[in-house]
Amino acid sequence: MHPTRRKFLLAGAASAAAVALPLPAFAQSAPRVVVVGGGFAGATVARALKKLAPKIQVTLVESSATFTACPFSNGVIGGLRELSAQQFGYDKVRADGVTVAIQTATRVDPQARTVGLADGATLNYDRLVLAPGIDIRWDALPGYNEAAAEKMPHAWRAGAQTALLRRQLESMEDGGLMVMSAPANPFRCPPGPYERASLIGYYFKTKKPKSKLLVLDSKDAFSKQRLFQNAWKELYPNHIEWVSLSSGGKVTSVDPATNTLTTDFGKHEAKVANVIPPQKAGRIAEIAGVTNQTGWCPIDPVTFESRQVPGIHVVGDATIAGGMPKSAFTANSQAKVCAEAIVKLLAGQTPQQPKLINTCYSLVAPDYGIEVAGVYHPVNGVITEIPGSGGTTALDAPKDVRTTEAAYAEAWFRTITSEVFG
Amino acid sequence: MKAASGILVAALVLWPGILPAADAPPGATSCSGCHATNAAAETPVPKIHGRNADETVALMAQFRSGSKPGTIMGRVAKGFTEDETRAIAAWLASQR
Ligand SMILES: Cc1cc2nc3c(=O)[nH]c(=O)nc-3n(C[C@H](O)[C@H](O)[C@H](O)COP(=O)(O)OP(=O)(O)OC[C@H]3O[C@@H](n4cnc5c(N)ncnc54)[C@H](O)[C@@H]3O)c2cc1C
Ligand code: HEC
Repeated sequence: MHPTRRKFLLAGAASAAAVALPLPAFAQSAPRVVVVGGGFAGATVARALKKLAPKIQVTLVESSATFTACPFSNGVIGGLRELSAQQFGYDKVRADGVTVAIQTATRVDPQARTVGLADGATLNYDRLVLAPGIDIRWDALPGYNEAAAEKMPHAWRAGAQTALLRRQLESMEDGGLMVMSAPANPFRCPPGPYERASLIGYYFKTKKPKSKLLVLDSKDAFSKQRLFQNAWKELYPNHIEWVSLSSGGKVTSVDPATNTLTTDFGKHEAKVANVIPPQKAGRIAEIAGVTNQTGWCPIDPVTFESRQVPGIHVVGDATIAGGMPKSAFTANSQAKVCAEAIVKLLAGQTPQQPKLINTCYSLVAPDYGIEVAGVYHPVNGVITEIPGSGGTTALDAPKDVRTTEAAYAEAWFRTITSEVFG
Repeated sequence: MKAASGILVAALVLWPGILPAADAPPGATSCSGCHATNAAAETPVPKIHGRNADETVALMAQFRSGSKPGTIMGRVAKGFTEDETRAIAAWLASQR
């Protein structure tokens, strides 16, 4: 038997015998929490745990030494900023006392409470947090697979895909047709496709005025829809056309050989194709057994502990979080609640009923920002928006509010990334 | 047996000594998503951490009633009762 595990079993036996003493003298002196995924959710949990309870041994397992943030990556695609402005390292996370392992977690044993890494190492945990973000459902859209994504990028995980889509746009001749396909709910960042459409509209209007973007949607309604559509009418009347589900917008297959997207009503051959495919929780969630038939993870909204596997918490995009959209703001808000709950649970106390906030800012032009905000709490086990709170920026807000919100949007990105990585 | 003992151990080993001195009241930790606590973050959004609690409570009440204009705070403030706001304001006042 592994020595730490033996010590652990002995500790358990001892405390079972002496019920009044929850902490036997020879128990593991500090609890161990392993966090998988160093994005907005995972890096936040790791740092918040250290801040709340410095004694906890926190290990953050993250595949990549450099994190590339999705928020504002639509600005990179539209040529408004560089990919380097999206990138962050883990030095400050380490400085807070978190052990950062640049590794991919490949196995979870919830009984033994261990996580296996790609390099063969095994980490023991008292509580595990999975914050793996999303994976693409490569089996969901006929014709779309990892090879196809090199020709028809999704750019829904930021990095090389983002750079690829930008290069394709830059090398497209003026007068070309770009086609984007947007997925059905739920997916990462509900307003994301429409912010992207807007900033591509801006790029066409200012750089390639004869070009056009066709958005083929598998939905009839989307986040901040009227705000976006009003802005498109005002700013990009010749550059963006949106086709809803009921107008035949659902893409049923793609062909990377000809850059064609097919719907029930026709075929669209694109000069540039951006396929935003259906998604699911990051793969390690499935491996750990915390996903259900939807591909996402049901959680307890007070502790973010999996409803399926005790001892494993899930935060961020991977969760089924009721009314909360999958956003970086949500991930950060949930992560702080989860860290507090974990500390309480490790101490043997009951976590408090939380309140959470989300905001999604979107740029429709560099000086034109809109947003949606919400305040949430658990009701009957479901994260629910508090009636009377939240909502979007006013439809009839004056120009100066749009300018102010564009500035607040950029400030939000600096603020959240400085909290998570800075 | 192996599985059962694993669960048993996890349920029984506790570390009451790790608890922080005070809890953040519900919602309080989410404010820093927009109101920076890291001085390095350049932002026009006003600082609210370390601020007088009565002042924060009054401003939140004005946002809630609409008497103080703003882009977003009215919709955030309406998600909290006066008591909740008071608790958040007191906690914020204790933060840097
Ligand atoms: C185009 C676009 C625009 C967006 N704009 C906004 C916006 O303006 N505002 C907003 O709030 N949100 C926005 N989002 C959404 C936001 O990016 C996500 O909601 C957020 O990243 C979710 O955080 P997360 O921590 O759950 O996942 P991620 O941030 O994706 O982090 C997951 C991390 O886990 C790591 N990982 C996964 N599996 C493993 C493993 N097995 N081992 C080790 N590491 C692993 C990954 O490498 C990754 O670093 C946008 C998204 C897109 C695509
Ligand atoms: C989505 C971003 C966002 C979140 C989340 C947020 N705020 Fe604000 N806050 C702002 C902005 C922007 C302003 C400036 C007024 C406006 O435009 O609404 C502001 C202004 C304020 C002010 C007025 C400060 C002054 O000096 O005028 C107070 C007080 C305040 N917020 C408190 C809070 C509290 C408390 C929370 C958490 C419960 C919170 N805010 C969450 C964005 C946010």
